[in-house]
Amino acid sequence: MRPRFLRGFWKLTWLETKIFSREPMGFVATLVMPLVLFILLGRAFGINRPLAAPDVDVPFNVAILAAVLIALSAVQSLTAIISIYREGGILKRLRATPLSPVTIMGAQVVVKLAFTVISLALLMLAGRRLFPGVMRVNVFSFTVAVVLSTFSILSLGFVIASLVPTARFAQPVGAAVLYPMLAVSGLFFPVDKLPRALRALAYLFPTTHAVALLNGVWDGTGWGAHWVNVAALLLLFVAYTALSTRVFRWE
Amino acid sequence: MECVEGNRVPDKGTISVLGLDPRRDANALRQRIGVQHQEAHLQKRIKVWEAVDLWRSLYARVADPDALLARLGLESKRDTWFMDLSGGQKQRLFIALALIHEPEVVFLDELTTGLDPQARRAIWGLVTGIRDRGTTVFLTTHLMEEAERLCDRVAIIEHGRLIEVGTPDDLVQKHCPERTVVFTSDDANVSERLQELGAVERADGTTSTYTIRGAGDDFVTDVINIIAREGIRVRGFRTEIPTLEEVFLKLTGHGIRD
Repeated sequence: MRPRFLRGFWKLTWLETKIFSREPMGFVATLVMPLVLFILLGRAFGINRPLAAPDVDVPFNVAILAAVLIALSAVQSLTAIISIYREGGILKRLRATPLSPVTIMGAQVVVKLAFTVISLALLMLAGRRLFPGVMRVNVFSFTVAVVLSTFSILSLGFVIASLVPTARFAQPVGAAVLYPMLAVSGLFFPVDKLPRALRALAYLFPTTHAVALLNGVWDGTGWGAHWVNVAALLLLFVAYTALSTRVFRWE
Repeated sequence: MECVEGNRVPDKGTISVLGLDPRRDANALRQRIGVQHQEAHLQKRIKVWEAVDLWRSLYARVADPDALLARLGLESKRDTWFMDLSGGQKQRLFIALALIHEPEVVFLDELTTGLDPQARRAIWGLVTGIRDRGTTVFLTTHLMEEAERLCDRVAIIEHGRLIEVGTPDDLVQKHCPERTVVFTSDDANVSERLQELGAVERADGTTSTYTIRGAGDDFVTDVINIIAREGIRVRGFRTEIPTLEEVFLKLTGHGIRD
């Protein structure tokens, strides 16, 4: 007998994919926005600090910013969908079927991860064409790192989705949590330069570890050197998931 | 109702549905009951056939989806998004989803609230059809007309307590035995000739419409017998029997409450 959470899982996942792609705004926000930002900033600043001249004044790695934005927009979209589904009684209706709660949420996560990968693929393609010679990063490794990061940030998204009172608050609350996280993630200033308390806080956010890991993958120091960040992403995933199963509301 | 369906933990007491505990045996029970929630929604941009197809994949035994959609008058809406359906169509879709696995009991929660009279009547017809096929229908409503038409047994609940159960007829007989006869006659001295029935009201001094109030099953027969005995010529004759609505108001009081 197949496990219960698989009943209806792929069907629901495919259905949610179709439903999401029928929503013009969500589609644009997830696939187009990070790409446009990447191209514009990339044109303005170049993609990253050239290895040969580390002192050149390039503010940050645009490709990593775009990748993290892709992850964040997935999280934003997830919190919005969950709060809309809860407010509309859709979650309640789905729960009254033999679908297991894991299936209902799992399908959403898979859809978000799938769109993350597509979005990232577009980013890589654009990068190769528009900024030749710069995107030498290992595509597979980079993708895995982004998916892992997204996974971890999504678990925080579930906590946010549990806390927002109504769908109207999902977007602002999500932004209020996620973008400060990005600010202290080490993408713009090194985490070491932050005040002590802020630094401690930064390490509790998955974005900080995501940026460190992505930087590592980008400059070739690789996974081995960043196992701490990988472990932190997994640990935070477990912690946030455990927290969200406690505070999650279906209606 | 949500406790009975296994979606909410009761404060106290025990519930048994088809011999199962709704919480402990939730998965087994969900294969055997169908539910329709009050003010439920689906994803805005889900198509009718997609919803039916998803639901179909979740149950061990399923009805023929095309026949079901046809029965509910939704076959032309197969490719319509949920958000583009009318209120009545949405409710019919929810009924379809509640019936897809041919449940033994189907729970319908205020399914005609907010619908126009045509849509309401169409849904009443469908519910009667479900009952006639042998499925037990458990429905909640604020409309006593709906309860009277659809239900074999009615339970009246006030402030969460069950205050009365019975067939609509029994409840009316028990709590509202009053009967009223209204008839029209051009004969003279009608009121006097019917004195033994008690007060006979004449709508106003000049019309020929009379109203007699009484109680009990025999009252209407008595009126007919006496009118016949007196040889009164009657142009029109009707009886007014209280409805479930009067029973409900009598049992729960007339005061406005929120």
